[in-house]
Amino acid sequence: MDRRYVKLIVIVLLVALVVWVDIPRAEGSSGITIGNFQRTMNPVLGLDLRGGMQVLLAPKDGVIPDRQALDDTANILESRANGLGVSEVKFQVAGDKYILGEFPGLTNTEDVIAAVKQTGLLEFIDAGSTYLEPGTPVKTDNVTAAAAIVPTESTTPVVDATPTATETETTVWHTVMTGVDIKTVNISSATSGGFAIDFELTENGTRIFKEHTSANVGSYLAIVLDKTVISCPSINNAITDGAGQITGSFTSDEANSLAITLRYGRLSVPVEVVESRIIGPTLGADSLTKSLIAGLIGFVIVALFMILYYRLPGAIAVVAIAIYAGITFALFKLIPVTLTLSGIAGFLLSTGSALDANILIFERLKEELRSGRTLRQAIDLGWKRAWPSIRDSNFATIITSVILFIYGSQFGASIVKGFALTLALGVIVSLFTSWFVTRTFLSLTTDAVKPDHYQKLFGARRSENA
Amino acid sequence: MLNILGKRYWFFALSLIIILPGLILLALNPLPLSIDFKGGTLVELTFSSGTLPTTEQVKAVYDNLGITDSQIQTSGTDTLIMRSSELSDAQRQTVISEISALSDQEVTVLKSDTVGPSIGQGVAKRALLAVALAALAVVVFITFAFRGVQHAFRYGICAIIAMVHDVLIVLALTGYGSVLWGWQIDSLYLTALLTVIGFSVQDKIVVFDRIRENSGIFRKLDFEVLANHSIIQTLQRSINTQLMTVEFLLLSLALFGGVTLREFAVILLVGLLSGTYSSIFIAAPILVVWEKKEWRTWFKKTPQTA
Repeated sequence: MDRRYVKLIVIVLLVALVVWVDIPRAEGSSGITIGNFQRTMNPVLGLDLRGGMQVLLAPKDGVIPDRQALDDTANILESRANGLGVSEVKFQVAGDKYILGEFPGLTNTEDVIAAVKQTGLLEFIDAGSTYLEPGTPVKTDNVTAAAAIVPTESTTPVVDATPTATETETTVWHTVMTGVDIKTVNISSATSGGFAIDFELTENGTRIFKEHTSANVGSYLAIVLDKTVISCPSINNAITDGAGQITGSFTSDEANSLAITLRYGRLSVPVEVVESRIIGPTLGADSLTKSLIAGLIGFVIVALFMILYYRLPGAIAVVAIAIYAGITFALFKLIPVTLTLSGIAGFLLSTGSALDANILIFERLKEELRSGRTLRQAIDLGWKRAWPSIRDSNFATIITSVILFIYGSQFGASIVKGFALTLALGVIVSLFTSWFVTRTFLSLTTDAVKPDHYQKLFGARRSENA
Repeated sequence: MLNILGKRYWFFALSLIIILPGLILLALNPLPLSIDFKGGTLVELTFSSGTLPTTEQVKAVYDNLGITDSQIQTSGTDTLIMRSSELSDAQRQTVISEISALSDQEVTVLKSDTVGPSIGQGVAKRALLAVALAALAVVVFITFAFRGVQHAFRYGICAIIAMVHDVLIVLALTGYGSVLWGWQIDSLYLTALLTVIGFSVQDKIVVFDRIRENSGIFRKLDFEVLANHSIIQTLQRSINTQLMTVEFLLLSLALFGGVTLREFAVILLVGLLSGTYSSIFIAAPILVVWEKKEWRTWFKKTPQTA
């Protein structure tokens, strides 16, 4: 069979797959599950476009933190929420003791509370001779989160004579050190299988750790995150180099999220949700509806212009762009990408380059037709000559967006990151569609179109009889 | 044939006439940073029943007070959340009473508080660093992609100079916009600027590609004639791409779209137009100036021969 028809079949199958991914799912449908891969298949729109859940956070236990601590906490919460991907969660200091958190897409209070509940307060507690089962909730004598380190002399824990499961909660354990003294956090694979967290301590931390571990060889030193035991190793010998490891049978995801909690959570003021509610889009629902309609009008004019100006190839371009948009949207759903206006701007810019690729090919095609080539030759040559400019210009855009993405992730600018991600994805897909879809469609037209109709269908005067 | 490159100094002058006053306006006035960067005042109103005033109506109330960066959000069917730059007590009273007057219902002030910035102080600075780094990478890439032609390095540098030109055009527009219509630099502005930068570089390479191709074909031709010929050949494509990607969509958005996206649409419209303009009238001419080393004659008294 002709290779072009094989390609056509591939395109049709691809379109079918993309349509299946793109069709809107009912709210709350379970989506698709393939092995570990689970997606709800509903696009997540950002706070500016759709709104979401707003929560008001206040420091626990009525502590009034200073401005700097509050700013830090807001930053930490934001870094942590966005650390795992482009989720566009926003935190903002409000008044003198509140933090306003906004979660796009979520409408369920429990999901939000689960997301902020972990304050990332890491403590090392002296468990004496008691082995604390991971998962046990405990109380410690470290009340204010970022409080100074308790003097190391008082190493005697207040242990109940017969600790039982219920009584453990009432025991107040002594905090040897908090996460404030952790300098770096890394993930490694543990020798026992699974993943572990390696950490390095600050100078102060190293000193405390050294003093405590040399005085307490043989007793347990439990690692506690947000007042829950996650690991309870015993001290085998004094640790003097300020490096340690948290083991527990973590999966890669668990280890990763714990590392993010620790890395970004070193300074936090523990907060609690005092109020939560659903909010509308920051860009205004009525204003957005108008803009959406305006955008659609714009697209219709573009499609009409393409068809009127370039005739048959123009129509092919419109189909190719539709396929491009379908594939890109499917990717946004599958990754998933939280779409904000800056993400949409990235997508529109790449749509522009998809259009540009088609225009470049058609202008070349016309030139070749005018200089008297047959349609088959003209399509071949036109494509070949347009390709270097399409390839190089798009490559430059990919380079730019990769750099913006890396930087955007590092300094937590989700606008830059979202823009770069959708732009890079869009440009890669547009390169693929112009290389695979437009070219295949164009060369198929040579079978379907009689030479007499070239002028009418391609908008170029033929100066030679083929 | 149309001689575009012959009038190159006129085009340079035109760009300067547009850019300089705008930059001066921007420099003379305090940088118009919006609530996204500075923080401001949050006011929440609850309406006793049903219909809320529209975003546009509420925004107009703020605009009348000269506060142009208000962000209006709804919560449920009865609450308005309004954020803007810091309001004085008097302004706050005016806003509340005027918005109350927009509906005939009873209005309660739920909250009135200050909020911090939603974009950290360092973000804009670091974004600039990221763009600079990206520009450097683009120069390296173009030098590599154009290695077949003489002075490939120049193409990269000229592309970046023209990109800086487009950024300056947007900054100048901001200068005019902030004085005339109270425009503010917000997160959308940052997005628009990134879009302009991305488009600009991409467009330069398309035009340069034709020079690259032609210099392999017409080896003996004078560089200026060759470059001019290449520009003419890609002119139709430049116009059509510009029409497609920019004018139709963004004009429609600017004219018929919602008020919250208007400033964004206008900045993109002008910035992207400049992206196409500068490929033809800035980037390619600079390439010719460089090729001929014309700066050697700039300060001599002999008249310019165009």
